[in-house]
Amino acid sequence: MKISEQWLREWIPTRMPSDVLAERLTMAGLAVDALLPVAPELEQVVVGEIISAEPHPAADRLRVCTVRVGKGRTLSIVCGAGNAVAGLKVPVALPGAELPGGIRIERSEIRGVASQGMLCSAKELGLAEAAEGLMVLDSGARTGAALSEALGLDDHQIELDLTPNRGDCLSVAGLARELAALTGVTPHAPPVKPAKAHSRRQIKVTIQARQDCPRYLGRVIEGIDAAATTPSWMRERLRRSGVRSIHPVVDVTNYVMLEFGQPLHAFDLDRLSGAITVRHAREHETLTLLDGNCMEVPAGTLLIADDNGPCALAGIMGGQDSAVGAATRGVFLESAYFRPETIASRARQMGLHTDSSHRFERGVDPQLQARALERATQLILSLAGGRAGPVTEKTSSRHLPERAPVRLRAQRVTRLLGAPVPPQQIAVILKRLGMKLVKLADGWRVTPPSWRFDIALECDLIEEVARITGYEKLAPRRPLAVLQAGTVTEKLVPADRFRTLLVDRDYQEAITYSFVDPALQALIDPAHRPMMLANPIASDMAAMRTSLWPGLLKAAIHNLNRQQERVRLFELGRRYLPRTDGAVQERPGLAGIAVGNALPEQWGVPARAGDFFDVKGDVEALLSASGSRERFHFRPIQHPALHPGQAAEVTDADGRQIGVFGGLHPSIQAELGLERPVFLFELWLEVLEQVQIPVFHEISRFPSIRRDIAVVVDEHISAQSVLDCVAQVSGKLLANLELFDEYRGEGIDSGRKSLAMGLTLQDSSRTLKEGEVETLMDQVVEVLASRLGARLRQ
Amino acid sequence: MTVREQLTQLLDEARRAAADAADVSAVEQLRVRYLGKKGVLTEQLKRLGGLPPAERPQAGQLVNEAKQSLQDELNRRRQELESAQREAQLARETVDVTLPGRGMRQGGYHPVTRTVQRLQTLFRHMGFDVADGPEIEDEFHNFEALNIPENHPARAMHDTFYFGSGLLLRTHTSPVQIRYMEQHRPPLRVIAQGRVYRCDSDVTHTPMFHQIEGLMVDESVSFADLKGVIGEFLERFFEQSLKVRFRPSFFPFTEPSAEVDIECVICGGGGCRVCKQSGWLEVLGCGMVHPQVLRHVGIDSERYTGFAFGLGVERLTMLRYGVNDLRLFFENDLRFLRQFR
Repeated sequence: MKISEQWLREWIPTRMPSDVLAERLTMAGLAVDALLPVAPELEQVVVGEIISAEPHPAADRLRVCTVRVGKGRTLSIVCGAGNAVAGLKVPVALPGAELPGGIRIERSEIRGVASQGMLCSAKELGLAEAAEGLMVLDSGARTGAALSEALGLDDHQIELDLTPNRGDCLSVAGLARELAALTGVTPHAPPVKPAKAHSRRQIKVTIQARQDCPRYLGRVIEGIDAAATTPSWMRERLRRSGVRSIHPVVDVTNYVMLEFGQPLHAFDLDRLSGAITVRHAREHETLTLLDGNCMEVPAGTLLIADDNGPCALAGIMGGQDSAVGAATRGVFLESAYFRPETIASRARQMGLHTDSSHRFERGVDPQLQARALERATQLILSLAGGRAGPVTEKTSSRHLPERAPVRLRAQRVTRLLGAPVPPQQIAVILKRLGMKLVKLADGWRVTPPSWRFDIALECDLIEEVARITGYEKLAPRRPLAVLQAGTVTEKLVPADRFRTLLVDRDYQEAITYSFVDPALQALIDPAHRPMMLANPIASDMAAMRTSLWPGLLKAAIHNLNRQQERVRLFELGRRYLPRTDGAVQERPGLAGIAVGNALPEQWGVPARAGDFFDVKGDVEALLSASGSRERFHFRPIQHPALHPGQAAEVTDADGRQIGVFGGLHPSIQAELGLERPVFLFELWLEVLEQVQIPVFHEISRFPSIRRDIAVVVDEHISAQSVLDCVAQVSGKLLANLELFDEYRGEGIDSGRKSLAMGLTLQDSSRTLKEGEVETLMDQVVEVLASRLGARLRQ
Repeated sequence: MTVREQLTQLLDEARRAAADAADVSAVEQLRVRYLGKKGVLTEQLKRLGGLPPAERPQAGQLVNEAKQSLQDELNRRRQELESAQREAQLARETVDVTLPGRGMRQGGYHPVTRTVQRLQTLFRHMGFDVADGPEIEDEFHNFEALNIPENHPARAMHDTFYFGSGLLLRTHTSPVQIRYMEQHRPPLRVIAQGRVYRCDSDVTHTPMFHQIEGLMVDESVSFADLKGVIGEFLERFFEQSLKVRFRPSFFPFTEPSAEVDIECVICGGGGCRVCKQSGWLEVLGCGMVHPQVLRHVGIDSERYTGFAFGLGVERLTMLRYGVNDLRLFFENDLRFLRQFR
């Protein structure tokens, strides 16, 4: 909400400087977002009176004006404005003045005639966006006075960002109440006297929805002056509060809304037919709104209707047909209380948000309607004349909100705030806020005022005490608590361990969106049907990810398109897997992507493209962080996103899948426009993080013996099966087994390959004898030959 | 020629040869030639038997002196040559130490992770447990249990992503409070961090961001405790003493509620673009847990009180490192990410 500071100060006379005033409001929970001058600084701009305006001797469109600027001084000023005529009071920029936009006014000569200043339009002074001709000042303005003084421009627009619980502060009156409570100054409200009825004209009002509209007041004002205009003081106040001037009657309703917080609506009397009914919309009723939008009103919406149908969306927006306009001679003025929940749900349902709905949905003081109606009547009569009719009121008391008394214990205030507040101070604060107090043995019974919708519990009152006392006055304290150990388990590897490991292997951590492009995800993970957002921010951010790969691919492409040759990214985050029963599983994953060379560019190491085994090395490192490598097994798989010959899964000793990795399928690579091969891994964190707690084994004191063998097998025999076979035959004596070479080519028949392994053999209780080692090696070769068709390489 | 003359001549000859020796093996050859079993000087010694007995002792002494002298000379030369050889080898092995080291470089954590790690460490040290909850939530945990009924204006502050099935993406980490309290009884001290989502995307909003939520419930937890904990953590996070101010605000799930501002860490409170000339930066929201929230999870709100707070991780990260564009966090541009290793 925006409000003029001058206006507020009229209610609260205080010498407090503007910034202090703003600070007090902010620190009371009414956040002032901005404090802006309502006009630029206009030094050397004064009120001038045009004495004469003669044609310029050398230019048809210019006039030479003699202007009185006070203290007996007159100036000769050349002016091009069409409305420069004798007798007018206008703003004069004197030599030396600087106008908005940096224009400096100097004495000059225009087509041979001296000009000693400039007559200004509102636009030139930064007081309007557009202007035609000179700005015309009130004839009562004192000649020679500074313009800012004459127009009261020494004012600020206070912009407040009010929280939704403080609907009672959406007005000058509301803010004045708060300032009164904060400062103890008594607010000055303008006197409001009920208007005498000079007309008997009334419109019958029927309330069919008493729960949603517990109070409705209406009044006819006839015979208003269609030529009346809004006076500049009111226009200025509205402007400074961010409201455009439209029509004197509409301006008054807006003015009173800003002043008291009661939204009002004025209908053109001649456009209403018959009686007013407040009711719910039926099926298929239509209404053209003030903004020109024609809508079918959702059934059940609260309406103000006449005999012909809907005239306004109650509390939200009026209709175009019954709107006040240039031809309006009489109005029906409405001042009502609508139930907040009703307005909130409907306004949101229809996507409408107006100054009126904003206030009604936060709660308008249910005791305010009569006063606001009288205030508006008073202003309309004084601005546009007319005759007021009697007030029609329909009230259903039992549907009006009631402020139930709340018990407040003095000791509870101290306990919740952690600081003692003297009972006397509590009582003063609450009284200043308009609460009624009844003293009890341990505190008070407090009845909040009708405008406070946010006070229902003891803690609400305690907040009021704290707020008005000032949060800054409550001293901080370090809490005392029972020492209690948190959960520290060794059975899970902390996720940060895996992060650190990848960071140390030159991966950069990424965070990508949880929602991805459904088309990309369908390419990567066609097996899952992802959760789809009903209201995505964009169609390519609509599917909840079932894999971290789509996000990482997108991030990699972003970087490759920005001259990055080597991209290594990882992400640790959730995948959202819908289950058949409709529930969702959020499973944490750890995924990575690597494109480009195995090592960063450097001297002394030949550049080598990263491949499957580089990524496998990273995966093995992650697995090692979770326990001994032997727990895990690798197996070739077919995966829709991966190269059919370079895709593997990892399983643990129990056969549970831990993850998948491999090269991106070349056809997907081509579809994404990626030039170089891409390698990916994704591990399921909830399996990966589970570790076995180490169990100590005795270290053998006896020497070990190493034997190397190379065997030739068919190409399709996996290295793992050869290693498994060796391990099985060697049994307990095998302390370590390392595969150190794979070779195909010269010397080896095509379709076969050679695998070279080193066996480290050791016994924990004795030194192995040469003979038994030889026997064992023979046995290994024999079994490899019989099971896998291996033969010893010569 | 006398023995003396012969020896002098031999020694001169040997010394010259030693000086000319190019390497250690040449020196070794000289040693064999002069001092070996059949060496020239050894032969001289053998020949002493041919001298008259009276001359023998003196001549013997002369020969031994000559042997010793030559031995020293050869050792000296040998050391000289060895040392030169070592020097030459060291010179050959000298590298340009300014050439870069070989191997992998380092990657780095995402800046959001850095902040989360620091905050978790900080709160763990203060005795807070770390909890976790689902990101795909139901209306009850995200709104109702937090005292945000349908049609409450506060719901308009949350632009929620919905799924067809009545589920939604959590708009804050506060539902973790509810889930934690459903399973644990006071005294409670817990934080929860994670992704949250709002249907909003512009220069200062991304549809996903991170929050950290904190909760403490016990028999005598007060607003003063809240101020103490928040003030302490902010100072430790920014590693400087900071002015902190608590402003009354509104959240449906806390009462009293506060917004916390810190003195602008960019300009030191003098006013700049980042703090919009106010000198203050809003960093988090907090308050005393609303009794209605405690009631929802079956905790006696007469006996127990508590505080809760929630803060935006990206916001703190931006302030800590001077990042000026929120959207950078999710572009994953390496030129950005590499600045945080």
